[in-house]
Amino acid sequence: MAKITYITHDNQNHTIEVQNGLSVMEGAVQNDIPGIDADCGGGMACATCHVYVNDNWFDKIPSKEDGEEDMLDMAYEPKKNSRLSCQIIVSDELDGLTVNIPSKQG
Amino acid sequence: MNKTDALIIGAGPTGLFTAHQLKLIGLNCEIVDNLDKIGGQCIELYPDKPIYDIPAVPECTGEELTNNLINQLKPFDIKFHLNERVDELKKENDNWIVKTNNGTVFSTPNVIIAGGVGSFEPRKFPVKECENFENKSVFYSVKNKKIFEGKTVSIFGGGDSALDWAVELSNTSKVNLIHRREDFRGAQATVDKVLKLSEDGKINLFTKYQMSSIKGQKELESIDIKHDNKEIETLKTDYVLGFFGLIMQLGPIANWGLNIDKKTVEVDTEKFETNQKGIYAVGDICSYPGKLKLILSGFHEGALAARACFKLARPNEKYRFEFTTSSKTIKDRLGIKGD
Repeated sequence: MAKITYITHDNQNHTIEVQNGLSVMEGAVQNDIPGIDADCGGGMACATCHVYVNDNWFDKIPSKEDGEEDMLDMAYEPKKNSRLSCQIIVSDELDGLTVNIPSKQG
Repeated sequence: MNKTDALIIGAGPTGLFTAHQLKLIGLNCEIVDNLDKIGGQCIELYPDKPIYDIPAVPECTGEELTNNLINQLKPFDIKFHLNERVDELKKENDNWIVKTNNGTVFSTPNVIIAGGVGSFEPRKFPVKECENFENKSVFYSVKNKKIFEGKTVSIFGGGDSALDWAVELSNTSKVNLIHRREDFRGAQATVDKVLKLSEDGKINLFTKYQMSSIKGQKELESIDIKHDNKEIETLKTDYVLGFFGLIMQLGPIANWGLNIDKKTVEVDTEKFETNQKGIYAVGDICSYPGKLKLILSGFHEGALAARACFKLARPNEKYRFEFTTSSKTIKDRLGIKGD
């Protein structure tokens, strides 16, 4: 279990306990956090679960696979700390993770 | 006016197999899809990715699955309307009148929405002002390459579309190619070509840049691109092309009075019918308790929706369940001779 904070584009903080093994995307979708659409359902085939990972955390989470970087080309305003939240799997180590959701997806 | 027993919206795996089921039970159907090719998400998002959970098919790619489904439809005559998006739907007596953006009109008692996560639309530039120039000097696809001759064209993107057009247009235009990182995801051969053309001064390559603003009154004058290190470069340009892939939008379906929750359409699990009689939803776009977004679930949903269509298309006939292994009628429909 880890507490994940999702900051939506209107600067609202949503802190949620997400079970280990779920992705950060699933945590958002199951709790109706706005702005994470996840159109492809976690298949790394769209870029609508794009988030910015807080700098303190970016190096602590497992790094991207090639396919993820390719999909990020298609994200809305990608930055250096961009990730697809479907590819970040929650574990105890991620307790306190904070991600920002872009102002829109796609 | 095209009269048909059932209209299928979406030519992905679910739409294709639903067509097969309709034809097996003796109904005709036509299929509309917004993409320029058959296959839906399988062909657009993951043609090369292997799929491991199609029953009796240990492994196949999105493209192979699509080709197999198309082959399975070979015995039948099915009209596809590609590059068309269904825009309007209204009830007229017992039929639905459906219009596409190209003006094609259908009259049918049954509409089956097999639309995946909606219709594919090009992803656009985040810079809002690009809208002012869209389809005049900012494009997301190339319809007539002649307009670029002798002009400066700034192409954004790192995939095959961006690279192919950069190579192609470098023969007759001044080309800027702008991409957000140094790696390109296009085919290696094309990447090599682009790098060579860049060395030869035929393509101006800008990596680690993204568009930050677009300028011009009536006519496009220039764009600003911003490097990862925040430096800004101004490029005079006549045209801008963006190739950021496609995004799925629910589109006009949202206005048809259907019960929609989180971009999916609520259906029952007997007929896969929506809250509107004669409108069904199958595949990724439908929702019901326990729904799994698997291709195999789409096949099941399509098979049941097809049976439901029979009642409305042949109100005076009784539907009889038959197996393909033993039914003479079905074998006739499949064009299989004697046994």
